[in-house]
Amino acid sequence: MATEEMEQLVRREYKEGFVTDIESDTVPPGLDESTIEFISMKKGEPDWMLEWRLKAYHQWLKMTPPSWAHLDYPPIDYQAISYFSAPKRDEDRPQSLDEVDPKLLETYEKLGIPLHERAALAGVAVDAVFDSVSVTTTFREKLYEAGVIFCSMSEAIHDYPELIKQYLGTVVPQGDNYFAALNSAVFTDGSFVFVPEGVTCPMELSTYFRINEANTGQFERTLIICEKQAQVSYLEGCTAPMRDENQLHAAVVELVALEDAYIKYSTVQNWYPGDEDGKGGIYNFVTKRGDCRGDRSRISWTQVETGSAITWKYPSCMLRGKDSIGEFYSVAVTNGRQQADTGTKMIHIGEGTRSYIVSKGIAAGRSNQSYRGLVKVGPRAKGARNFTQCDSLLIGDTCGAHTFPYQEIGNSTATVEHEATTSTIGEDQLFYCQSRGISEEDAVSMIVNGFCKDVFQELPMEFAVEAEALLGVTLEGAVG
Amino acid sequence: MNDDVQRFLDLFNERNAQRLSSQGPEPTWIAARRQAGAARFEALGFPTRRVEAWKYTDVRAIARGDFALATDADFSQASAAALTLPLEAHRLTFVDGVFSAALSQVDDLPKGVQLLPLSRALAENHEAVGGPLGRLTGVDFSPFSALNTAFMEEGAVVRLAPGTRVDKPILLQFLSRANETPVMSHPRVLVEAGDRSEATVIEHHVGEEAAANFTNLVEEIILGRGTLLTHYKLQELPLADLQVSSIQVEQGRDSRFTSFNINLGGALVRTDLVSDLNGEGAEANFNGLFYGQGRQHVDNHTLVNHNAPHTFSKENYKGILDDRAHGVFNGKVIVKRDSQKIEGFQSNANLLLSDRAEIDAKPELEIYADDVKCSHGSTTGQLDEEAVYALRTRGIDEQTARGLLTLAFAGEVMEQVELDAVSERIELAVAGKLPERFNLAGLVETAMALGDD
Repeated sequence: MATEEMEQLVRREYKEGFVTDIESDTVPPGLDESTIEFISMKKGEPDWMLEWRLKAYHQWLKMTPPSWAHLDYPPIDYQAISYFSAPKRDEDRPQSLDEVDPKLLETYEKLGIPLHERAALAGVAVDAVFDSVSVTTTFREKLYEAGVIFCSMSEAIHDYPELIKQYLGTVVPQGDNYFAALNSAVFTDGSFVFVPEGVTCPMELSTYFRINEANTGQFERTLIICEKQAQVSYLEGCTAPMRDENQLHAAVVELVALEDAYIKYSTVQNWYPGDEDGKGGIYNFVTKRGDCRGDRSRISWTQVETGSAITWKYPSCMLRGKDSIGEFYSVAVTNGRQQADTGTKMIHIGEGTRSYIVSKGIAAGRSNQSYRGLVKVGPRAKGARNFTQCDSLLIGDTCGAHTFPYQEIGNSTATVEHEATTSTIGEDQLFYCQSRGISEEDAVSMIVNGFCKDVFQELPMEFAVEAEALLGVTLEGAVG
Repeated sequence: MNDDVQRFLDLFNERNAQRLSSQGPEPTWIAARRQAGAARFEALGFPTRRVEAWKYTDVRAIARGDFALATDADFSQASAAALTLPLEAHRLTFVDGVFSAALSQVDDLPKGVQLLPLSRALAENHEAVGGPLGRLTGVDFSPFSALNTAFMEEGAVVRLAPGTRVDKPILLQFLSRANETPVMSHPRVLVEAGDRSEATVIEHHVGEEAAANFTNLVEEIILGRGTLLTHYKLQELPLADLQVSSIQVEQGRDSRFTSFNINLGGALVRTDLVSDLNGEGAEANFNGLFYGQGRQHVDNHTLVNHNAPHTFSKENYKGILDDRAHGVFNGKVIVKRDSQKIEGFQSNANLLLSDRAEIDAKPELEIYADDVKCSHGSTTGQLDEEAVYALRTRGIDEQTARGLLTLAFAGEVMEQVELDAVSERIELAVAGKLPERFNLAGLVETAMALGDD
């Protein structure tokens, strides 16, 4: 029986020993070249992708985190972060809604989220309750017929390497900024959309549909390409607070619009803002940029930002093509100890380019909020036009609202306008509503929603309804 | 850049030694402050464009300059007379920073008004100057304020006793000479206006056409309760002159400060205007106009600190830029926590007359109180084509119409000016700067005709 014993011994060693390395789902915290190699290997990426990541990493090493934003947070230890963890296995997740934090469920209730979706959002092992796979499948077939490619970034690297090579990093280069460089080095997944010439995407694309797919993680990379005369509307995030263990989020989103193309990118972000003292909330450091490469192309950013402890985010448009249009509609709401430094950049390069910025900020509690925007008109941007409207609403006397608009104009035919106001909800406004039998809380919610209307009407219908409800939830307890 | 800093420091040491041998030791506080200024300047160096406040302004023209210090105040009476504003005023004149008694006029000062050169104020009672001087603008404000503190020797001291109402404007005239080697001056102005006093102070910067000097001015203005002060900075320096100036104001309860910051000349001009509204009911009005041509660079930074509740600020800056001129406007309003019932309005409009002109505008709001009404607006564009058309239908040719509209654009600030001599001077200067294509002769005629109607 020596052979049997021998076999047992081998098996035991196998069970506990050296091979676990290969099976391991997580790398220990820390970042160096080997981490990046590990991520790249784990995802089975081609060599050029690894090289691309390493190039970003080397640039990142030489950079320092930006300090110009009106934000206050302790320095981040980048060596304490684990840069790769495979999706959680079902056994590790909460098995039913009973195990989920009741507070979270209460919020879902208020937002009117359908029951089956609540489980998915709370991170419950979804298959038991909600078969999102079938939804995804029918949805994919329809897109396939139209010729639209919509898949995860890792799939795209495998299946469409030519497109990736052609477009990845052309809008946000690896060394663009500190967080973009970090993302380029270690991004784990994200979405890839390609709409071929002349195609209008038959449905609104949303990451929401991919909820049960791989956990995209904290370093998400999105690339959307619209060929000539193509159109797509893309929805990111969802209104419900997402369960998330990662504190630092550094995503990169790149949009490319060729001639006559139109990309509409809507975001609703409601990540965990931290507890009352602002502890444990998510840091959302995102680089989003759209490139209007073709003539008459149009990129529109709409965002509703209510979550995260810290938001550092400036969705921008490079208006290269003649007569191209950039738009930015934003509602940012901060409460508690949240901090947001957000805004946009509109770089007018081509002739006749136009941009339109509407930013609404609402600060309550002890939060601080800044609008930081840049409108740059180059010497060749003849007849460029910009209009910026940037309003802040302050609720309570312990919050702050700030505006830092930059205008750099180098063309006499350009017309650039900026308007900003800061005010509070007037006592007379409240009194007016209350004298007509509207409760104070409803009146505030009504006034706030009216304040944000310009932006909400840019959102896709279902999103707009949810966003309004979300606003109410976020500002709960801020008044009175 | 280090060599540049060293060159300024060498001159500083040389000047100190010279002063010691000619005038003996200075009071300790002055010597200590000089050293502090020099040390701060050495530590900071000249600002680079990586510093946010200097993002759009390159000061290498100053840093690389090899400036001497002026030793005399010779200036021909005739040419000075041509430059001086034609108005009745209590006047102090400085030539390249050196006080000129001959060109000054301080005989008939009313009771309660003190107007004297800084050197004399120091000689008479240096302790009275030492208290307020440097209280608002310390060496930390900017490398230039540090440099000014290191070099300060001359300037003006204006003191108004409580309740004084100064009948005539106080004119501080700074003349820039065409020197063989460019010189630099670091004038220091201190205005202490007692409670309920009322005055107009004009700072007039002008010079000989061929001058190419560097002026680094620091001005501190302290306003008591209920004080009304109108302040003009009329800058018509020769086109090669360089100027950096900072004006800081501290306002007591119910005081009102009205500023006119008119920048028409100079190659590189930077003005920092700061007002601290420290008492309830205080009010600051900032009016500004700048006109850049050629390769002129005009940078205006303004800041209003609403440190007390019920304070008001209003700002209106207009810029016209032609050729390859570069304009910068940065206006900031800060509302401190618990400074409720604030009103702060800011407006900035810029007119670009050439494709190579550039404007960088940054109106900022930083607000930490909720019961406030604040707004800012900033626009940049060209003349309204419909307005041009409207004038043409009335028989005015296109170029004249454009000239008229440009004048009218500047007019919004000019018409706020209460002193005729000043407003006429500005109007003439602005009209004189209009491009030739705007048909100047026709313009004046038309303007006159329109005025008669």
